[in-house]
Amino acid sequence: MATRLQFENSCEVGVFSKLTNAYCLVAIGGSENFYSLFEGELVDVIPVVKTSIGGTRIIGRLCAGNKNGLLVPHTTTDQELQHLRNSLPDQVVVQRIEERLSALGNCIACNDHVALTHTDLDRETEEMIADVLGVEVFRQTIAGNILVGSYCAFSNRGGLVHPHTSIEDLDELSTLLQVPLVAGTVNRGSEVIAAGLIVNDWTAFCGSDTTATELSVIESVFKLREAQPSAIVDEMRKSLIDSYV
Amino acid sequence: MAQEAGMFTVQQTIGSVLCCKCGVPMAPNAANMCVKCLRSEIDITEGLQKHVIIIHCPECDTYLQPPRTWIKAKLESKELLTFCVKRLKNLNKIHLVHAEFIWTEPHSKRIKVRLRVQKEVLNGAILEQAYTVEYVVQDQMCESCTRVQANPDQWVAAVQLRQHVSHRRTFFYLEQLILKHDAAVRAIRIKQMDQGVDFFFANRSHAVKFVEFLGKVAPIKSRHDKQLVSHDTKSNNYNYKYTFSVEICPICREDLICLPPKVAVSLGNLGPLVICTKVSNTIALLDIFTLRHCFMDADQYWRTAFKSLLSSRQIMEYIVLDVEPVSSEINVGGSKYVLADAQVARVADFGKNDTLFTVRTHLGHILNPGDYAIGYDLYRANSNDIELDKYKGLVIPDVILIKKSYEEKRQKKRGKPRAWKLKSLNMEVEDSAKATDEEKRSSEYEQFLRDLEENPDMRFNISLYQNKEYQPSEMASMTDEEDVPSIPLEELLADLDLSEEEAQNDSMNE
Repeated sequence: MATRLQFENSCEVGVFSKLTNAYCLVAIGGSENFYSLFEGELVDVIPVVKTSIGGTRIIGRLCAGNKNGLLVPHTTTDQELQHLRNSLPDQVVVQRIEERLSALGNCIACNDHVALTHTDLDRETEEMIADVLGVEVFRQTIAGNILVGSYCAFSNRGGLVHPHTSIEDLDELSTLLQVPLVAGTVNRGSEVIAAGLIVNDWTAFCGSDTTATELSVIESVFKLREAQPSAIVDEMRKSLIDSYV
Repeated sequence: MAQEAGMFTVQQTIGSVLCCKCGVPMAPNAANMCVKCLRSEIDITEGLQKHVIIIHCPECDTYLQPPRTWIKAKLESKELLTFCVKRLKNLNKIHLVHAEFIWTEPHSKRIKVRLRVQKEVLNGAILEQAYTVEYVVQDQMCESCTRVQANPDQWVAAVQLRQHVSHRRTFFYLEQLILKHDAAVRAIRIKQMDQGVDFFFANRSHAVKFVEFLGKVAPIKSRHDKQLVSHDTKSNNYNYKYTFSVEICPICREDLICLPPKVAVSLGNLGPLVICTKVSNTIALLDIFTLRHCFMDADQYWRTAFKSLLSSRQIMEYIVLDVEPVSSEINVGGSKYVLADAQVARVADFGKNDTLFTVRTHLGHILNPGDYAIGYDLYRANSNDIELDKYKGLVIPDVILIKKSYEEKRQKKRGKPRAWKLKSLNMEVEDSAKATDEEKRSSEYEQFLRDLEENPDMRFNISLYQNKEYQPSEMASMTDEEDVPSIPLEELLADLDLSEEEAQNDSMNE
């Protein structure tokens, strides 16, 4: 079930939040609306943690994580690290890594099994990712862009990539990730998918500019409709699957 | 580049995404919206003019380009399209691809132009859009038409051409010259006056040009004057009316002149009695007894403005009885003359009495016994000339012959139309012309046409046209054609029926 929301009048919700199957990180906003929306959706299921990284609010683009662990850049302060360790569940390993490319959210896109990374990432960082997150790491580009973490968003059930991705690339990525992928847009034609959309296995949040068409594409590819079955879902699914997968 | 390096590249097929607004599958573009949604979102013609007012002068069919230029253009023409597009503001901010007219009723006073423009929108997508601009045409007279309307007879410069003689032969000839050289094409009015013609122009420079043209074709003296019409004190603009008074010298072809002593001496003791053989911008004088000729140009003449002794009014017809050449053929300035002694009698005397004259003449080359000739009767003439009295002991001949006459032959051809015709200027004639004047004028014109036939060098500067109504008469025998001089067909220009312009392609070869 996809929800539309805004962070302080900006539709780029993926910049100010991070959503995984085990926890949710939220930036500290001027008003409590953002936080309360997440709370409303996720309150009993997973913890929603308010934090900052390196004193900034753009936490979605600075850290990368899944249900196994969380990687934060070297700019994170000790207090923030401690706060995260305290708030998150014990099975989530929080690790600070020394990496030249410190915007880990832009460089790494991952679900619980597979991760796609920036082509110029360090060897040690790659090993760390494989270790902490427990995933298989692939260096890839998406539609010619090296910032894989920005231009795609995927969960364990499906994924959405940059609209200019060619069909061959789509097939290749789909094989690597073992999930169905579709090329599309978010926030009224914006190509920066991960900035406008955060998703896990049963829910998704996107910017309020997202049109109904985009929303239906998101809901179908991430298979979010099982949570709320409706009469038209089956037919829509058939027609959508015919076109895209 | 990858191909040059020999690397294997995968064939990239562009997939399809859904338009973010309407959900129709499409190829991804920079805006990720289908064209229709993009068009509905963004209007690139925002801020551009859709209604423009243009001003049109109905008299001369021109459009105003402010501040002051009027551009002539027909409806739905290229010039009008360029003008309409120029009148649009802000067109440099947008890229114009195509422009065309949409048809509107001519009397609706609306012109519609469809324009196609391109502009970059969003993240680099170029959108092309067509839109219509409607022009409202408002009628307003331009300044020149207003001036013409306010006073159609308004002229700024006038040229008054006069020749103080009793005939109009010069003006017939000048009319043809003016037509050939289009000298009076800028004249707004031409009026025929007593002893002359008036030309009116809208611009002083046109009048000056015309006067200069006259100076090249006739010996003239001119003076000019101006009269103040209005004066704008604020901007110190003065409006004048300019008048040019041009006088042509009264000496004409075939006039008999008695030169004043000083002039005769200055010309090398040319015998005081001379005939004028040709008048262009110089006067050619021929002394018939010595067959010497000389030229006088306009300045020389006007310094000592002498009049002719006898002119075309006083000619007499003579019949030649005998011709004895005295000298051989002499080439004088392009024409051949033979000095001869001839015995002539007046046609009026012939058969009635025995009055004969033995005279020396220069026409020995064409006169034969039995021919008719035209000349001046000095025996009976009572000249009141001061110059003649100045010469003491001058022997004046009885008769001076001027030219051969074809009168008898012409009698046979009387009434038959000629094979050629002339054009005429659009002249206003005063209403007070009397019937006798008309008769005189038409006989003078007939004489002029005959002169044209007889003198090839007079035809040189004139355009002649084929008379389509002329049918060669079946009765015309060879003998007739030989005797009466006529204009060969090669000299006639074909008159174009399409336009009234002269066809200058067939040049006249003499």
